[in-house]
Amino acid sequence: MTGVLTHGGPAAASSGITPLLEVHDVTAGYGHSPVLRGVSLTVPTGSIVAVVGANGAGKTTLLRTLSGLVPLSGGTVRLDGVDLAGVAVEHRVRHGLSHVPEGHGVVAELTVDENLRLGGLWRRDRKDLKAAVAEMYELFEPLARRRSSPGHQLSGGERQMLAVARALVARPRLLLLDEPSLGLAPRIVADIMELLRTLCDERGLTILLVEQNVRSALLVADHGVVLDLGEVVASRAAASLLDDDALRHAYLGF
Amino acid sequence: MSVTVEDKVTPADAARPGPVRSDLAASGRRVLIALAGLVLAIGGTFLLDPYRNYQLAVVAAYLCATAGLTVLIGRGGQLSLGHAALIAAGAYSFGLTSNAMDEQGITGVALVVVPMLVGVVAASVLGVLLGLAAARLHGPYLAGLTLAVVVAIPAVTSTFSSVLGGDAGLYISVQRRPEALDRIIAVEQWQAWVAITAAAAVLFVLSNLVRSSYGQRMVAVRDDEAAARLVGIDTTRVKVAGFTISAGCAGLGGGVLAYVTQNASPGAFSLVFSLFLVVAVVIGGLGSLRGALWGALLIVLLPDVIGTVLDSLDLPPELAQRLDGNVAVLVFGLLLVTIMIVAPHGIQGWLSSLRRPRRRAPRTAPALSTE
Amino acid sequence: MDQLIFLVGSGLARGSVFAVFALALVLIWRAARIVNFAQGAMAAVATYLAFAVTAATGSYWLGLAAALVGGALLGLVVERGVMRFVAHTSPLNSVIVALGLVTIMQAGLGIAFGNGYRTMNLPFSSTPIVVGGVPLLSPYNIFVLVVAAVLMIGLGLLFTRTPLGLRLRASAFAPETSRLLGVPVSRMLTLGWVLSSAVGALAALLVVPTELGLNPHATDMLFVYAFTVAIVGGLDSPVGAVVGGLVVGLLLSLVTGYLGSTLAPIAVLVLLVAVLLVRPGGIFSAKEARHA
Repeated sequence: MTGVLTHGGPAAASSGITPLLEVHDVTAGYGHSPVLRGVSLTVPTGSIVAVVGANGAGKTTLLRTLSGLVPLSGGTVRLDGVDLAGVAVEHRVRHGLSHVPEGHGVVAELTVDENLRLGGLWRRDRKDLKAAVAEMYELFEPLARRRSSPGHQLSGGERQMLAVARALVARPRLLLLDEPSLGLAPRIVADIMELLRTLCDERGLTILLVEQNVRSALLVADHGVVLDLGEVVASRAAASLLDDDALRHAYLGF
Repeated sequence: MSVTVEDKVTPADAARPGPVRSDLAASGRRVLIALAGLVLAIGGTFLLDPYRNYQLAVVAAYLCATAGLTVLIGRGGQLSLGHAALIAAGAYSFGLTSNAMDEQGITGVALVVVPMLVGVVAASVLGVLLGLAAARLHGPYLAGLTLAVVVAIPAVTSTFSSVLGGDAGLYISVQRRPEALDRIIAVEQWQAWVAITAAAAVLFVLSNLVRSSYGQRMVAVRDDEAAARLVGIDTTRVKVAGFTISAGCAGLGGGVLAYVTQNASPGAFSLVFSLFLVVAVVIGGLGSLRGALWGALLIVLLPDVIGTVLDSLDLPPELAQRLDGNVAVLVFGLLLVTIMIVAPHGIQGWLSSLRRPRRRAPRTAPALSTE
Repeated sequence: MDQLIFLVGSGLARGSVFAVFALALVLIWRAARIVNFAQGAMAAVATYLAFAVTAATGSYWLGLAAALVGGALLGLVVERGVMRFVAHTSPLNSVIVALGLVTIMQAGLGIAFGNGYRTMNLPFSSTPIVVGGVPLLSPYNIFVLVVAAVLMIGLGLLFTRTPLGLRLRASAFAPETSRLLGVPVSRMLTLGWVLSSAVGALAALLVVPTELGLNPHATDMLFVYAFTVAIVGGLDSPVGAVVGGLVVGLLLSLVTGYLGSTLAPIAVLVLLVAVLLVRPGGIFSAKEARHA
């Protein structure tokens, strides 16, 4: 089953179904055994797409392939029509792609402020960077209070918040999020999911979310994609995935 | 003296007590092979002129050290830049003992064997001390510490110059060849015999060691210290023992070197000499005893060949003086860098891969993988 | 007492150079997790370059500039030409390759300039200024202290106050995350080598003429001292390198002054062993064990 999204949710419909990200028949992995086999999916502009699946389904590898950390061995990845194959990892952020890696990637040795600035250093426009960082402090009040604390002193929730804020400093068009709920209390997970919805609805941010926490992810997402052993086995409106008992039992284990 | 221990040992395998693959018959066969090799090598000395026999003796002395070093680095994952200091310990101890015994009027075999043993013991003691430090340190730190030991040698010899002879070094009076052999062989040939015997002893001990369960524990500790500890291997003991044995071999090499050259001086045991030993074992193939032989041959013969070539070029004296010695060092450096990048398994790895074309990783030379 | 003042003064000057050289080691350690055993030899090459340029032009300052530029270029060549190709399966690989570079460079210097000692010119007198009958620092000591201080403050500002410094630190601590954020990590690594090599070259140029004497092996001892400094301070800690440098410099000065110069290497060895055995993470490191 290949999973090209044929219909969009409310957000996609309102923005006119322009796909921001098109993944076509992607094969990728480490060494000789591919982890992803013929994965296709599209992420419409202004929507949240959740990729769910069991451990080892290839979810993290998918995100790492999109940001270039894992080399593509077949297929194409297009961001707003631009083929990313020739774009180096460190240049993808210039094309509007921000990746919050598994385990948030906050640099523990740097302060909150330094972490945030790091997110926008590539732009070289100092004023703009300052404005972007200031905006994040407004958006995420707890970070403003801790701006000179080193990363390793933050709580898990604060770190995840910092990771998202740092990605937003780059003012991305597409945000890749790898397991933002990992290790967080349910209440904080709910906060983060709500934040993602707000970012999407109010700022038009497009989000590709990888989650182990299937329920939370599908509740916030417009579309859901189910990965199993490196292949897409289902791709539909998130709500309909949640309602499909057979699918849930077979691939999602609940 | 071929080394055929499996390189990847699971810690659980290594923890199992008792000899893994060395039953009595195999052990006896190795004794026979060693003796046959010894007889062959000694017979070979009759074909060489005195200078070549002297060189052979030096090769054998270096072989004692490189064999111990290749086991330490290749199988133990411990990089020592201090082997020049360990050899120095052996050489100076040999010299002091030999001179003292000579003053007492002691002659005969004892005047060779006793100082050698003292050299081995002295180097081993130093080895235990370094090994204790080594057990707590990883790669670069151990290398740095042992480097500091080597550069401190001249300071030690001049601080105790009344005993150690300062920069000029120590003249050593030694037992020459036994009178019975006086008419049959030259001094150099006798020295070669002594040196070859020492090297054969070292190779015999080490080849049994790498095959033993201890050898497997060593590799297990190198590959994954935490896992080794989990299955009950006393990693500190394994590391200290490894360093001590390697040091003892170096000490014997130092004793032989002192016996052959009748001299021990700080200039002979410089950092460059330590680097030469590392070059030798890397070029030979880390962890391979045969590789240690290739390496020892190379560090003795290559400078000789380069010197001969330079002499034949009829260079202006000033240039010749600057090239003297330096060209060989330059070539060794280039070889070391090239081999580490292009062929990290060294000569022996390359030879093995010729013999076993289908195997991708040569069995005799473990890649350094001390994660 | 008079001697003590002089020894402390010259010990601090010497220690500041060790600190700078140790900083160079710390720079590469943080950037690439490599203890650069070739640091000394690379600095020796740059020092010879300064010697040659000064001999040709008669200007100490042109020589100093040549050492800085040459050191930087050497860092570039070593990283891009050699270190980049070393397998990272074991930390020993890069150490062994660095040792190979040491032998290549030292032999090369021996071939180009001979193995003997050469005399280098100083820009300032090395005779101590005497105040009220008490010998204090020499003008050259003051020059060394000033240069080292400027360099340390400059590096400190570069790393903590500039975007480039932020990039360098981020690439060192979290290379993958930094790439995702748009930091050209590979270029930062090269830059780390260039910077470190130039800093090491300057340190060697300051200390070789008065302390070590110019010969192809002049910097072996400097490397050992700086390695000790880095261990005392902790390889991860620039502040530790500075403090450690001053401590080792003072120790050497006092040992040399009161017990004789031959004991200096032994004193450093004893210090190194003591620190490694008692607190292997370095005095300023929070970590208990080292993972190299």
